[in-house]
Amino acid sequence: MRTRILAPDANPLRDPRDRRLPRIAGPCSLVIFGVTGDLARKKLMPAVYDLANRGLLPPGFALVGFARRDWADQDFAQIVHDSVRENARTPFREDVWQELCKGIRFVAGDFSEEGAFDQLSQVVLDLDRVRGTRGNHAFYLSIPPKFFGDVVQQLKRSGLSVSAEGAWRRVVIEKPFGHDLESARELNATINEVFPSGTVFRIDHYLGKETVQNLLALRFANTLFEPIWNSNYVDHVQITMAEDIGIAGRAGYYDGIGAARDVIQNHLLQLLALTAMEEPLSFLAKDVRVEKGKVLSALTLPKDLDLHTSRGQYAAGWQGGLQVQGFLEEEGISPTSTTETFAAVRLGIDTRRWSGVPFYLRTGKRLGRRVTELAIVFKRAPHLPFSATDTEELGQNSIVIRIQPDEGITMRFGSKVPGTQMEVRDVNMDFAYGDSFTESSPEAYERLILDVLLGDPPLFPRHEEVELGWKILDPVLEHWASRGQPEQYESGTWGPASSHEMLARDGRAWRRP
Amino acid sequence: MSVRLDDTTASEVGTAISAERFRQGSSAVGRVLTLVIVADEATQADAVRAAAEAAREHPCRILTAIPRPGRGPARLDAEITVGGADGLGELAELRLRGPLSHHVSSVVLPLLVPDAPVVVWWPGTAPDDVAADPVGRLAQRRITDAGAASRPVRALEVRRTSYRAGDTDLAWTRITPWRALVASALDEPFETVVRASVSAQRNNPSALLLAAWMQRGLAVPVDVHVSRGPGLTGVVLHTERGDISITRPDGRVARMVRPGFPDREAPLQRRTIEALIAEELRRLDPDEIYGETLQALPQLATWAAHSDHRGSAAVPAAKGAKAAGASRAKPAAKRPATKPTTAPTGRRGRGA
Repeated sequence: MRTRILAPDANPLRDPRDRRLPRIAGPCSLVIFGVTGDLARKKLMPAVYDLANRGLLPPGFALVGFARRDWADQDFAQIVHDSVRENARTPFREDVWQELCKGIRFVAGDFSEEGAFDQLSQVVLDLDRVRGTRGNHAFYLSIPPKFFGDVVQQLKRSGLSVSAEGAWRRVVIEKPFGHDLESARELNATINEVFPSGTVFRIDHYLGKETVQNLLALRFANTLFEPIWNSNYVDHVQITMAEDIGIAGRAGYYDGIGAARDVIQNHLLQLLALTAMEEPLSFLAKDVRVEKGKVLSALTLPKDLDLHTSRGQYAAGWQGGLQVQGFLEEEGISPTSTTETFAAVRLGIDTRRWSGVPFYLRTGKRLGRRVTELAIVFKRAPHLPFSATDTEELGQNSIVIRIQPDEGITMRFGSKVPGTQMEVRDVNMDFAYGDSFTESSPEAYERLILDVLLGDPPLFPRHEEVELGWKILDPVLEHWASRGQPEQYESGTWGPASSHEMLARDGRAWRRP
Repeated sequence: MSVRLDDTTASEVGTAISAERFRQGSSAVGRVLTLVIVADEATQADAVRAAAEAAREHPCRILTAIPRPGRGPARLDAEITVGGADGLGELAELRLRGPLSHHVSSVVLPLLVPDAPVVVWWPGTAPDDVAADPVGRLAQRRITDAGAASRPVRALEVRRTSYRAGDTDLAWTRITPWRALVASALDEPFETVVRASVSAQRNNPSALLLAAWMQRGLAVPVDVHVSRGPGLTGVVLHTERGDISITRPDGRVARMVRPGFPDREAPLQRRTIEALIAEELRRLDPDEIYGETLQALPQLATWAAHSDHRGSAAVPAAKGAKAAGASRAKPAAKRPATKPTTAPTGRRGRGA
């Protein structure tokens, strides 16, 4: 799905027809801030190793850790080693590790400590000399956004943000990109002051997932689906991202943010955009962005937000055989917190293709099971040449794209039940995205980190998309803020009653994913 | 679960596979292709293991045909494994005895997954013209292994003269990581390359392919030197401002040396057959670059010496190896005056 355009004759050994040949990142280093965090240990460092193991990192690649720990290089190397051993996707190989290990450095310090950044600057210069990283460095801010300002200012002050001619500096940030439109703009201004927009990579790891990329292949490589992908045939669309866990020790992050900001604003709106957008001119970043932008700007909110949105907080209950406590009883959460752990909204898209087709988005914690999927539910046939009793069990046709787990696609349609009577019942046709190959398909973070190092932006949302997301969500959040306490829902169920009522009002029901 | 069928027919085998699938409650999803392995008893076990491993990435039906010519009557024995403990797809081992051993395609044809691509792999000896072979004709993609032949360079020449779109060879697959590394060296600004060389164990077909590929792309003469191995040991790009070299003396770690850079290292393991097959199955369209590289082989100065195949002698060297730099537009037409390494036949040079 990605087309790379190289300057013609730039490299005589590359030929666009030579699809075997992978691109290896050029000489560079990756500097990770917040290496003690969960994400760094579970995803980033293993992904770096996996890339090295697949031979996609350049010779002399360097990995620099920055954190408030009293560590030497080898202590950090040990941490990386452990996290790789535990979480890497590909088998551990001593050769690969030894090579990676030679490029591992650690800088101890605070995010606002000048001395530490001066030292980092020295380390980076040293790497250019010893490892040949050529002044190419990516800074991965795996830290809470409130520190972004400090870090980018320090990067600027210590001269780390500017690159020499022909070299690059890039900065990678993770969601949340602000907590409303205004703060998103501020955050962006803070970062743009130091890093121009082309060098800022926003990670939405969903966009790195194979199934999400497959959504574009499904829609635009086939003739089977696109003709019915519009309001003539589609009744409505449901996009669900459910988690079975609670906030699990992330109270500090989660309280005051909530489900809508955490998930709908970024992941679900991105999924919506990819589902609903028109065919881009090409899969180049700019073309895809234009189409996503059009859809996001055409989003509309229902007039009465009370009737067509829903929010809730999980209450104590039994979840998958475990007794769990409610959100308000979680450690670090105020008993009067109004932060929602479940959010659902109905959105419309004012375009010829989608006018009149509601898009229902929902996300929540402590729901029935962990699942992310999007379901296109089709209209019923205008006429059924059967008697009413024949088709009693016939539902609406649907296409379900399962993003995780069990990546794949399910089609649901009616089929005759064997027997002398005509009886039509729903059946599933399943495409498991390669029955058993998920274990060897790369992790989203591998793909995204490699793309950062290659400077390949199609899979990263731009600031404009972030702003459009907030524009649509801000009125909902304001409305909710005026409504006090969210509704409680029992842990392990599919959300509060209001979310079911919200669909029932439109004569529809949530799928049980 | 394994099912044995002695003295059977292809249609019984097909029925048994479906029944076994049905019994296990899994429907016929997820088989994206049929992989036919044509092997003898000596090579089949390793090949099947490799294919089963590759099937984790590419769910497929694997048909292993083991012809056992001999005097007895024609007879087909089959052993079927469906969805083993490791979750792979379907595996059928087919032993074709007596006169039947010359009619492999008659057994394989009814067992191909409908509408799905077919790949044939000869892990050992392959027919000279694989595309014309009755089994090869069923396939979109035909995989051979010059490295496994008793005379690898001759095998390469056979592949070259019979090449048809859809052919591929593991000697070519083996050098993908090398090619990636060499190509990446030229992703950065570089001085004009005037000459290049490849070193490898003698009689290494992968080294010749690598050299031909470089010569074709860079349009400069590329020599092949004999080293002690293992496999490929180095590539040097001679530029006007010094040499860019990638050496791998131990078959594990490559060292890149380039003017203006500190020496850098990167892991570059020799790959397992599983990894090679998985790479082959990743793309099923014709590998044009491989075809063009094969055709560029005779332009290698070393080819004449290497090739024990009569009639493929290189044209005498053109004067002056001053190639006008690297440009993709120009095919590697210039032939250099270089000292070709003589390569006596005998030892087998395998692997990249």
